[in-house]
Order: sequence, then C-alpha cells, then structure tokens
Amino acid sequence: MRHSIRIAVGPVQFRIGSDWAAPIAALEHLYRGYPQDETRPADATVRLFAARPWRRWVRPSVHIGGDFVVPDALPLPLSMGLLAAEMGMNLQVALGWRRHMLLHASAVAKDGRALIMSGESGSGKSTLAALLGEGDWRLMGDEFTLIEPVSGDALAFPRGVSLKNEAIAAVAARVDAARLGPLMAGTPKGDIRHLIPRADAIAAMHEPARPALLLFPRFGGDAAIEPMGEGEAFVRLTEASTNYVALGEAGFAALTRLVRETPAFGISYPDSVTGIALVEQLWAEAAK
Amino acid sequence: MSAVQTFVDLLAGRREASSLASRDWDGVIGVARSEAMLATLAHRLAGADLPPTVAALFVDQRAAGAVAQRQALWEAEMARRALAPVGIEFVLLKGAAYAAAGMACAAGRQIGDLDILVLASDIRRAENALLNAEWEWVKSDPYDDFYYREHMHELPPLIHKSRDRMIDVHHTILPRTHRITPDALALVSDAVTSADGFAVLNPADMACHCAAHMLADGDLQGGLRNLWDFHLMTRDFAVADPRFWEQLDVRARLHGLLDAVQRAARLSRDLYGAVLPAGWSGPEATDRWFRERLFARDDWGRVTRPLLEQAFYIRSHWLRMPPTMLAQHLWTKWRKR
Repeated sequence: MRHSIRIAVGPVQFRIGSDWAAPIAALEHLYRGYPQDETRPADATVRLFAARPWRRWVRPSVHIGGDFVVPDALPLPLSMGLLAAEMGMNLQVALGWRRHMLLHASAVAKDGRALIMSGESGSGKSTLAALLGEGDWRLMGDEFTLIEPVSGDALAFPRGVSLKNEAIAAVAARVDAARLGPLMAGTPKGDIRHLIPRADAIAAMHEPARPALLLFPRFGGDAAIEPMGEGEAFVRLTEASTNYVALGEAGFAALTRLVRETPAFGISYPDSVTGIALVEQLWAEAAK
Repeated sequence: MSAVQTFVDLLAGRREASSLASRDWDGVIGVARSEAMLATLAHRLAGADLPPTVAALFVDQRAAGAVAQRQALWEAEMARRALAPVGIEFVLLKGAAYAAAGMACAAGRQIGDLDILVLASDIRRAENALLNAEWEWVKSDPYDDFYYREHMHELPPLIHKSRDRMIDVHHTILPRTHRITPDALALVSDAVTSADGFAVLNPADMACHCAAHMLADGDLQGGLRNLWDFHLMTRDFAVADPRFWEQLDVRARLHGLLDAVQRAARLSRDLYGAVLPAGWSGPEATDRWFRERLFARDDWGRVTRPLLEQAFYIRSHWLRMPPTMLAQHLWTKWRKR
C-alpha cells in the first residue's frame, strides 16, 4: 500500500497500510516511543483503504480492512483515520489472536500484581486506568488484557489510550500536551482523543503481572462496593472475552483459575475521584 | 516474487522456509490469513527453520486448529444425536469429513459450517428433527427461503440457538438448477465409514465433490484451500489404492464432473506439484485463467484482479442456473436492494 507503518503493542506486531498519508502520520506520532524491531514479521495486517480510487480525494472515506473484516462496517471520514486504524487493530486482535485469552478489560499493575477492570463501554474502565496510570500504577492497557493460559499471568496491551467525551478534559488537565493525539470530535463513539502511555509503562509492556483484583466498575450512582461471586465473575468475563470459545478447554481452565484465585467486586461511583478512592481502598483491603 | 507465489511454493515444498528474508513473512502470513490457511501453513512448516516470532505464531495456529477441529467434530456428534433417533443417517461433507477421516488435509484446515448430506427423501424429516433439537432458521427473507427450497442443493442454513454454529443440510452436491446433476443416490449409498464412526463419501466421490465445490459451483473464493484439499486427498488415496485414479475417472463420469475433476488435477499439478497418471496431464489452454484467479492476491492480502474476480462470479451463476432463471433471479435481487 502507498503508506504504511509497523507497530508492536504487547506481544502483537502489526503492519498498517493506508491509501492516505494522514492516518499513518498520526500513528507515527502516537507510537513514536514504542520499541520497534524493523525485521520482525507482522502477526496481523490492517488496511485503511478507499472503496473507489477517486474516493481518495473526493469526500475521502476510510474503509477498515485486514486479515479479519466486519462485513458491512461503515467507513469513517478521513479526519477520523486514526480511529479507523485503532478499530482495525482491535479487530485483528479480537478475532485473530490465540496465544492468550483476551479480556475486553483495562488493567494497571503495581509490584508485579495486576488490577483488572472489565465493563461495557461507558463504565469508565479506560478513564480509571488512565488516571491510575498517571499516579503510582503502571498502565497495562485500556482495551484488552491478555491472560497467559499456562501461568495465569496477565500481560499488557498498552496501545494509545482512547479517551472519550468528559474523560478527555479530566485527563488532559493532568498530562503534558505532547502526550495527547489530535481531538476527533463527533465520531460514532463521541469525542475521542488518544493518550500516549507513560514511557515507563511502554518500556515494561512485556513484563507479566499476577492478577490480584478483579473489578467491574459502573459509572453513575452513589459510591458502592459489592462483592462478586466466582460464578458471576466467570459469566461476565466469558462475555467480555473475544476468544474464550475459540480457545476451548484452555480458555475454560484459564478463566476458572482466574475467578477462583482473584477476588472480584462490582463498584459504582459518581465521579472519577470517588472511583479512584474505591479502587485504592479495595486494593489495600482485598487484593491478593 | 509475490507473496502468494511464495506461499504456494512453501506449501508445495518448492521453497525452503529458511530462504525467506524475515520481512517476506509479512506478505506470506497476510496471504495465508486471507485464504484462511495460516494453520495449514503452520502444519506444513512444522519443524522448519523459522524466525522465532513466526514459529511462535505457528504454534498458536496449530493449537487453535486442533481446538477448532474438536469443536467441529462435536458439532457433527450433536447432529448425529438429533438425527439418529428418527432413523436418519447422514454423510459428513468437506472439512468435518476430512477431520473425521483423519486425512492429511484436515491438519489446520479451517472448518466453518457443518455440512451434511442426507437422502432427498429424508430432507423434510431431517429439517424437523433439527428444529426440534434447537436449531433455528438464519434467513427470514421469504424470497431467499423460497429460492433455497426450490432451487438449491441444501436447506436454508440453520443455526443452533445456544452453540451458535451453523449446519447446512444437503440432499445433493450441486444446485438443482445446475447444468450438471450428480448422482446423489450413489453418493449416499456408496459412502464409507470413517475412523470416527461417521459416514463420509468414498475416496473417488470425495475428490469429485471437492472439485465440484471448487470449480463447478463457486467463484473460486477459497480456491487455494480447496485445491490443497484436492491435492493431498488424491495423493494419499492413490498411495492407499493403486487403482484410485481409474475409479476417480469412473465416478467423475457418473456424476458428470469429469471436466471439473480433470481441471482440479491439472491445477494441483501446476500449483502444488502433484504427480498425475498418464492421461490426466493433457494441456488445457483455459487453465490459465484459473491459475491467474488463484494467484490474484497482492502482498497485503487484497484481491488484485477485480475484473477477473467478477468474471468468475458471473461464471458461477451462469453454471448454476439457466439464462432466463438467472435474469429473473438477478431482477428480484436487484429490486430488493
């Protein structure tokens, strides 16, 4: 393809090709601090392309392709090329990666132990992880957490953090502007702006962490903590995993072990300050 | 050299994996994924000298392939449990059959839907038994439903409520409206029992079906994989039975599939280095278009010859139904857009 870039996030080596220069330039900016091995073959391919040649210039719209595609996925305007790249990368991992069990969850780590947060879009799991990652935690990822089936360890997938709507201002107030990507307003997912993880989090991205606490955050409502049984945590995580079924017995073994060995709680919080206080409290009292 | 050529050469054993520059793997892996053959390549190159990250990816692929195969055979067992009590016997087709029979082409082969073949006289009872066992319709469109029932070689696809897996119940192997009418009764009555206890087509019929599926029915999407299946199965059948190619000739004539089978044999020779017996190797000028269609992928996994792809798509429809019916079908489809 005309323009391309190679990016390694956690264990996955991507190559991303594009019919336009702009999305690749935006990725170069976002991923400039990531370690890069130019000789490493790509595990996964993402293509950003124009459906018709003239659509590269006339009302340019970015179709997302790659090893795996979603049929009938709507294209995005070129101004949202970075979001298209992010969606393409997520898709390849969600549908193609088999080495680890994938959880749609954010994670942060401290002293080699991981806090894993799973929830729907809008639960605040990304924002909590981003804010904790600016404190004395290591950000492991805001979208995927990888569980190694044999050891049970959590592995990081620290892609550029996708901040949405109100979270943008909350995080932007705390970080150097050089660590933020361009603001993409009015995307199908609302306003989006990417945050480059801290250099130490990127440097440590291959270091596994032992799962110590599972949280299921819910943004909105009064502050509350609810202990969660193994069964409920198990069912919620099967729903949050994109490859649980494909992994078969190995996935079942990894997930049962995770919920048996890791205390789990649901938390509700009205604002991020309260949310972080609840997280720190549970980490001090209940984490393994 | 193009990635798809390198990929085919690796499968054929014409090229050593160690001769690839590390970045050559980008395109090879991309093409293999586009053809749904990455796990197949991983098996073919087990033990080869590979870059460490490629070796690790191939380990993942082989493990995932084994899980997928076990799940596919479990799905076949579920169908057996639904159909056996009402006395319907079925023949496994395609991927699940290759797995049940422990064939070489099953190693890493992607298995999508469960394909089974029943006697035409059993098709209504099979449908009812599956609906009673929690399969349900996928398509709700009345025209599609009518089209399947009236003109196709299979029921409209059914999906299982809780396992989310599809089953295609065939009563023959080509659409009813196709120019060619294979002998479906002979396919079922001459089926054999596999190592796993499932009925599968006998070797010659299995190769006929493989060729029919690739060359007489479809538009050659997934052609490299179907051709790989054909190559490995004919190679191994011929080793097990010296008279295999003669039997294949007889059965292909019976089913009206001699052209498709002979073309598949020539293409498997051209691409994968198959050794053919005398009488099978004649030149055929039109093979060229099939080779070009099979190789029409660039290093990013994209189809490179849209006109050729379109031509094969039109060809597949042309073979599937008479011209007036094709016109009606396209008109109905176009109006519904």
